[in-house]
Amino acid sequence: MQMPAPGTRPDTGPERADRTVLDARDISRALTRISHELLERNKGADDLVLLGLHTRGVPLARRIAERIAAVEGAPVAVGELDVTLYRDDLRSQPTRRAHKTALPAGGIDRKVVVLVDDVLFSGRTIRAALDALADLGRPSAVRLAVLVDRGHRQLPIRADHVGKNLPSALAERVSVRLTEIDGTDEVSIS
Amino acid sequence: MKHLLSIDDLSTDEIHALFATAADMHDVQSREVKKLPALRGRTVVNMFFEDSTRTRSSFEIAGKWLSADVINVSAKGSSTSKGESLRDTVLTVCAMGVDGLVIRHPASGAAVQVSEWVDASVVNAGDGMHEHPTQALLDAYTLQRRLGSLEGRHVAIIGDLTHSRVFRSNVQCLTRLGARVTVVAPPTLMPSGIGAWSASAGFETSYDVDAVLPDADAVMMLRVQRERMSGAYFPSAREYTVGYGLTRNRLALLKPDVPICHPGPMNRGLEIAADAADAAQSVVLEQVSSGLAIRMAVLYHLLAGEPQGGTA
Repeated sequence: MQMPAPGTRPDTGPERADRTVLDARDISRALTRISHELLERNKGADDLVLLGLHTRGVPLARRIAERIAAVEGAPVAVGELDVTLYRDDLRSQPTRRAHKTALPAGGIDRKVVVLVDDVLFSGRTIRAALDALADLGRPSAVRLAVLVDRGHRQLPIRADHVGKNLPSALAERVSVRLTEIDGTDEVSIS
Repeated sequence: MKHLLSIDDLSTDEIHALFATAADMHDVQSREVKKLPALRGRTVVNMFFEDSTRTRSSFEIAGKWLSADVINVSAKGSSTSKGESLRDTVLTVCAMGVDGLVIRHPASGAAVQVSEWVDASVVNAGDGMHEHPTQALLDAYTLQRRLGSLEGRHVAIIGDLTHSRVFRSNVQCLTRLGARVTVVAPPTLMPSGIGAWSASAGFETSYDVDAVLPDADAVMMLRVQRERMSGAYFPSAREYTVGYGLTRNRLALLKPDVPICHPGPMNRGLEIAADAADAAQSVVLEQVSSGLAIRMAVLYHLLAGEPQGGTA
């Protein structure tokens, strides 16, 4: 999730020069690699719970789950997590709509939870997600997988699995588009 | 959204947004840790100048689950009983740095009046015989969950319409969401001048329960509000039940699985028979849990974002 002022995504003004950094095949390869890394690190898919962060983390988590299921031959638990109510910037913006939080049937207690998001930026979304997890149960471990790490962290948070490290200027805008939501797979910077 | 005083203050989009938030809040009720940090550091005061169990406790729990600090002020035991005016009581409480004021008052229009005096966000939790917007929202939300959508569905509202703020808010809310509404009451409890309103707002009126029930997709029974009645509106309780109560016989007139609502508290045996109140299709308790979710959503929408209008 991006942090700058609301409405930064997914509009791209015609005068803005968009540079594609990941196309559909790059995204696919990155997700496949992350899936294998997760399996290797966790020594299998047992006890693994993938939680996608709204909005674009949700389809990413599902895609990773599909890849893991294909490799392991057994389904892996997937859920979605909305952190709106845990954000630290609620007061500085117009009221945000909350989204659905849906945990897999087995819950997250004593599971290895992997938070999945599209862009890792300030780290504040992940901070909120960790608070949300604490209210939902007690995982045995929490890991973080992101498609893009664009730097500029404001909190001591780092990702365990990164699709692409994308050094960016603070003023630049990183947009992730996914087929499930935007009709196309692409990561661009402008 | 600064205040919630009337259903009229809400756009249809805002109603849907509240429902969407309420659906998320609903999940919190089944959690082990029933706490969200969204309103941490905000203070909500419940000012109830009229008796209430469910609305007040519902607002109190809603505020607490969102981590707001909630205090209750009731007319009994407050300075109001020493003769303090409503304005002074409200200004005194707000001088303590209150962010949200939930008010119930026997005078119609009290909440609107209060909202003009204070900077805090005001929620109308029932003003006399005027409006009770959160009740209407929770009723519509409950029915929407049951029926899928309210578009084109027929809702019958039956009972003491004259004294009912629930009915006034509900008609606005339900018609806005596309439902067809028929209100039914004995002639003595049909508000005067309802003809003009029903024509402009697009709902129907009837004196005949038995004619309306077979076509209804949802039934909403209203409480006979004896405490507001100054004269005799019907000869006897028995006669009311025979004419307008949801009795076991009338239950049989309904299409199967038609949800039955009652805002509570119920006068069992008067406007609603035990058979109907405890029927499988009764959503009375579901209304209570929906009410909590709706009130959480309302407090969240009013208090979580950046302050609007006035000073913070």
